[in-house]
Amino acid sequence: MALLEVEGLTIGIGRFTPVQEIGFSLDRGAVLGLVGESGSGKSLTAMALMGLLPLIRGEVRAGSIVFDGVELANRPAELHRRLRGRRIALVTQNPMTSLDPIRTVGTQIDEVSRLHGGLDGRAAKARSLDLMEAMRIPRAAVVHGQYPHQLSGGMKQRIVIAMALAGDPDLLVADEPTTALDVTVQAQIVRLMVDLVKARGLALVLITHDMGVVAQACDRVVVLYAGRIAEAGPVESIFAAPHHPYTRALIGCIPVEGQARGTLIGIPGQVPGLTDYPAHCRFAPRCPAASARCRAEAPAPATIGASRVACFHPLGRGA
Amino acid sequence: MLGYFVRRLIMLLPVFLAMSAIVFLIVHLVPGDPIDHMLQIGASAERRQELAAKFGLDRPLVVQYALWLKAALTGDLGEAIILKQPVVDLILANLPYSLALGLSALLFSTVVGVSVGAAAAYFAGSWFDRVVMAGILMGSMLPSFWLGLLMILIFAVELGLFPVSGARSWDALVLPVLTVGIGGVALIARVTRAAFVEVAQQDFVTLLHAKGLTRRRIFFRHLVRHALMPVVTILGLKVGWILGGAVTVEYVFARPGLGSLLITSLGQRDYPVVQGCLLMLGMGVMLGTLVGDLAQAAMDPRVRDRMS
Repeated sequence: MALLEVEGLTIGIGRFTPVQEIGFSLDRGAVLGLVGESGSGKSLTAMALMGLLPLIRGEVRAGSIVFDGVELANRPAELHRRLRGRRIALVTQNPMTSLDPIRTVGTQIDEVSRLHGGLDGRAAKARSLDLMEAMRIPRAAVVHGQYPHQLSGGMKQRIVIAMALAGDPDLLVADEPTTALDVTVQAQIVRLMVDLVKARGLALVLITHDMGVVAQACDRVVVLYAGRIAEAGPVESIFAAPHHPYTRALIGCIPVEGQARGTLIGIPGQVPGLTDYPAHCRFAPRCPAASARCRAEAPAPATIGASRVACFHPLGRGA
Repeated sequence: MLGYFVRRLIMLLPVFLAMSAIVFLIVHLVPGDPIDHMLQIGASAERRQELAAKFGLDRPLVVQYALWLKAALTGDLGEAIILKQPVVDLILANLPYSLALGLSALLFSTVVGVSVGAAAAYFAGSWFDRVVMAGILMGSMLPSFWLGLLMILIFAVELGLFPVSGARSWDALVLPVLTVGIGGVALIARVTRAAFVEVAQQDFVTLLHAKGLTRRRIFFRHLVRHALMPVVTILGLKVGWILGGAVTVEYVFARPGLGSLLITSLGQRDYPVVQGCLLMLGMGVMLGTLVGDLAQAAMDPRVRDRMS
């Protein structure tokens, strides 16, 4: 049985339903990519996994989140709190603002193993230093006593990851962990996280808008568009033969070495706002292949090869 | 840190000079002068000249200012024209009463204000929060002279719990402290609540939750240090208020103090006393700001690093 099984997950905030019927499963030692533009519902899904939706006045309206055999959707806050940090850990998007600016980064890592591992101050510090070294932080003993503003973005993100690992979790949820970093640092951090997953038998939900990161790190991919799944499948088949026009467009956004100047393609238009989600296929307004049917009804996901695709005119099927 | 402290002290010099000049000018530019109070109606112009010369009031303002400042720097604030005592003695005699009232009121408003504000923030959005903050708003609107009279009426006259006025025993301090303090409680509670609510929205708080900390622990161990920073800044600015802001309250309760001294001397245009009092208050504000900044640096490593 998979470590994490999400089915029909629907998230509501007030009268809006920004995430509808998302499902995926994830085994230990595997990396799942959750891909989409801003507003696609990636971060809300992460908050739902963490049980942190109440912080933003959100709630799970339907569906289930089964973690290690335990249903998490709409369970008491205390159940979530006991899992957080200890079994499910979060790496947030912006390392610049994710750390408490007035406490040393070391004490912020120590805190986790003191809380969950019951370690005393000295043991917690020793453990933090080990984790920092595993995160390839040079001069860990010095950095341990420094404040966030004294460190670079990449260093801070390493600290945040070390902090996530300190509770020895089974599942790591990383919400755009490299977006705020320099390009040169991005690849290092992704590599480091993938290595950790393999070495420690963690499961990783990697949220990103960067198909390049997906190609580098993930085993499976879920492509979200405007709160719904557009396409999901193993990373090889998604890249080799994308079936959803949106997936293909996303892949087209990755710059390729040797590509002729001016051939980098963007996706025209933008993700619809929460208030004006169309009742029909949500990608239709931006889709080059959209037909009258696409503007009339919403496609249900169907299996094509190894993938699930929600499209009336899937590519590579002679649509 | 020490270097910063010394630099801050040096920076205070021009501020002090400007402040003293403004104090001096304000006092002298207000219509009327102490001679008016000393002369009998119908006194001759010669008599007026004579008195003005005696107190040096016939010399150019710049000269008067220079002489006053020079003496002030050596700790001599001159002789009161009407009260006929050294100004320094008058201030020293009144200062302890002002300090007792001001410091007690400050302590009271800080302890109560921070507790109330923190409780309101912890239960933000609940009926408790709404009731408390409505009460706070009312409290901040009450004029202190009116509140003082009300206190006297209820607690001194009707219930007989505390003395009506004066400063002869410690319990005479209770009503004035409450009167001054309630406005402070309102201010500090509002600042505290706002600070808590603001810091609770920052990204790092999400991560604190993600670590599995309880809400109570996040609030009382982590957020509290952030929320107290603006409170400390406010307290630093309130030092002037400690020394002389309770003017009307001293008056209502017929307490001695810098405020009472200042009011009396203003009415009589007793220049040296007014100048001396204002100078003390100005220095109090300067000192308070300095202490507030240093406390800020002690609490926030980012501020510390920006200094060095």
